[in-house]
Amino acid sequence: MELLDNLALGFSTALLVQNVLYCFVGVLLGTAVGVLPGIGPTATVAMLLPITFNFEPVTALIMLAGIYYGAQYGGSTTAILINLPGESSAAVTALDGHEMARQGRAGAALAAAAIGSFIAGTVATVALAVAAPPLARVALQFGAADYFSLVLLGLIVSIALARGSALKALAMIALGVLLGTVGQDIYTGTPRFVFDQRELYGGIDFVSVAVGMFGVAEILRNLENEQTRTAVVSKVKNLWPTREDRRRIVGPILRGTGLGAALGVLPGGGHVLASFTSYAVEKRISKRQQEFGRGAIEGVAGPESANNAAAQTSFIPLLTLGLPAHPVMALMVGAFIVHGITPGPNVITDEPALFWGLIASMWIGNVLLVLLNLPLIGVWVRMLRIPYQVLFPMIILFAAIGTYSLGFNAYDVYAIVFFGILGYVLIKCGCEPAPLLLGFVLGPLLEENLRRALIISRGDASVFLTRPISAVLLALAVAALVVAALPTIRKRREIMFAEEE
Amino acid sequence: MERRRSFPDVLAGGIFILIGGAFVVGSLGYELGTPLRMGPGAFPLLVGAIAAALGLAIVIKGLIAGEVISFGPIPWRAVAVIVLAVLFFGFTVRGLGFVPTAAVTALLTTLASTRVRPLTAVAVAAGLTLASTLIFVVGLQLRIPLWGPWLGF
Repeated sequence: MELLDNLALGFSTALLVQNVLYCFVGVLLGTAVGVLPGIGPTATVAMLLPITFNFEPVTALIMLAGIYYGAQYGGSTTAILINLPGESSAAVTALDGHEMARQGRAGAALAAAAIGSFIAGTVATVALAVAAPPLARVALQFGAADYFSLVLLGLIVSIALARGSALKALAMIALGVLLGTVGQDIYTGTPRFVFDQRELYGGIDFVSVAVGMFGVAEILRNLENEQTRTAVVSKVKNLWPTREDRRRIVGPILRGTGLGAALGVLPGGGHVLASFTSYAVEKRISKRQQEFGRGAIEGVAGPESANNAAAQTSFIPLLTLGLPAHPVMALMVGAFIVHGITPGPNVITDEPALFWGLIASMWIGNVLLVLLNLPLIGVWVRMLRIPYQVLFPMIILFAAIGTYSLGFNAYDVYAIVFFGILGYVLIKCGCEPAPLLLGFVLGPLLEENLRRALIISRGDASVFLTRPISAVLLALAVAALVVAALPTIRKRREIMFAEEE
Repeated sequence: MERRRSFPDVLAGGIFILIGGAFVVGSLGYELGTPLRMGPGAFPLLVGAIAAALGLAIVIKGLIAGEVISFGPIPWRAVAVIVLAVLFFGFTVRGLGFVPTAAVTALLTTLASTRVRPLTAVAVAAGLTLASTLIFVVGLQLRIPLWGPWLGF
């Protein structure tokens, strides 16, 4: 079995002492930022990215991935205990999870979330291992025109899934693409929009954009009205679910895993969509519909499994096509590039140890997360008592140090102020920051492939429609655009996302 | 649908028009090239025009049937203090060295909260300075001098 050989290679890499250690550091940090409201995985990965430059590539990626899926676990703890989702996909968990906590069943809710997440993570990791190689082989057939259409499709699908106005999301993507053009032109070397500042020739660093948009802007949002956090459930008892509970969560976990694994591949916010869809499905097919919203354990197990499965499978587009499906994935693209690896279909053949090591580490990470989240739940409960007044100066200081250490360039630090303010104003106007970051990372790819395709076709723009792969992808992009703009579907989308806040 | 104006929509659209327009104007200064061999100005010109057009659409929509978004208060003090703190960090870290820069940045940042007490602010700043020095300089071997040349070391 080729798959088994590959997994053996993966585990032999992932089980190296330093890799297990940094996997642990990653999931620990991920859980921490998932638990703490006000700081998300995107800002954390962005801040820690510069630190990982000295690591072995596989170690760096294992740790960064750990932060991402660790945050999906941690988010549920806060949602259940204080009705405040630490991560956006945990919002739906708060509906029934917090209700269970108020009835004194916080332990069962946390256990259902953790067990569901573990099973989902395991299944989705296998799905990733099985699905990635054939997809990468397909992706190798892609020409420049196909890549252009694929990136365009990815960007447009990401707005169909985003919350809020599709028009604004489109404009945010365009803005991100524009900001990505700052710096030297790849074909002619002409410096563009640099205002004669040598420091800008290399372009704006995406870490500064991410830290500004997701870190600084978020802090300003939180400082708008300061309030003391609501009382925390002090003791969590009866962690092990009863036989009745165990019987009730099997179905939701399996269905949630399937839904999450499938939806996680979509760019933009597959994990959020997955948890909402899973909740809707469980509510519809349940025999105890009236219990939903009043502490139904199915309403915790299903969505939590779904978002964790989606967190794993969202690595599929990154590892096979080089396309990030989530802002954190966009940062991972940067991590790959810093280590001299171009993310895409070649990773699997050029760097098999890295590819399979990363996948195997996800399963190890999931084991570590169960250990971290169930026996050590008391630690996280105590962490919720850290006042925000300590937390936000720490984020600002670490953000400044982190971006400075990128290249010892003060411009990278100034950039986080610029993007912090810009992001804050735009977020206040109802624009989501995620499309901008995706546009920023994918913009250069879009331009490069557009120009290369036109050079290859001798300036004939119809190449995008005559190549079958490209034509199909463009048709899908148009369809996604229509779907995002149609009023009826948009209304349903708004209802789905309305409960999130 | 009722007619309602939305200030956030108009503001957001205005920002997109402004930035998109700036890129359009800027890219006209670069060679545009031909479709066969696009110059450095062509792609930003195209995307800038798209951004500005989308911005215009958002403004028009905001004047006719805008999204209902409460803009909310602006924490001016936090904005000013955080901007100042981060700019200070970028400006002085090379000259003053890691420890004094981190301490001042942390202290300034704690003042962004309206509820902070002076003693807490100092304690938090001291703790963060120590922690960041241990993590970044001692632990991760970041090559920034602890005390910079401006201090005469």
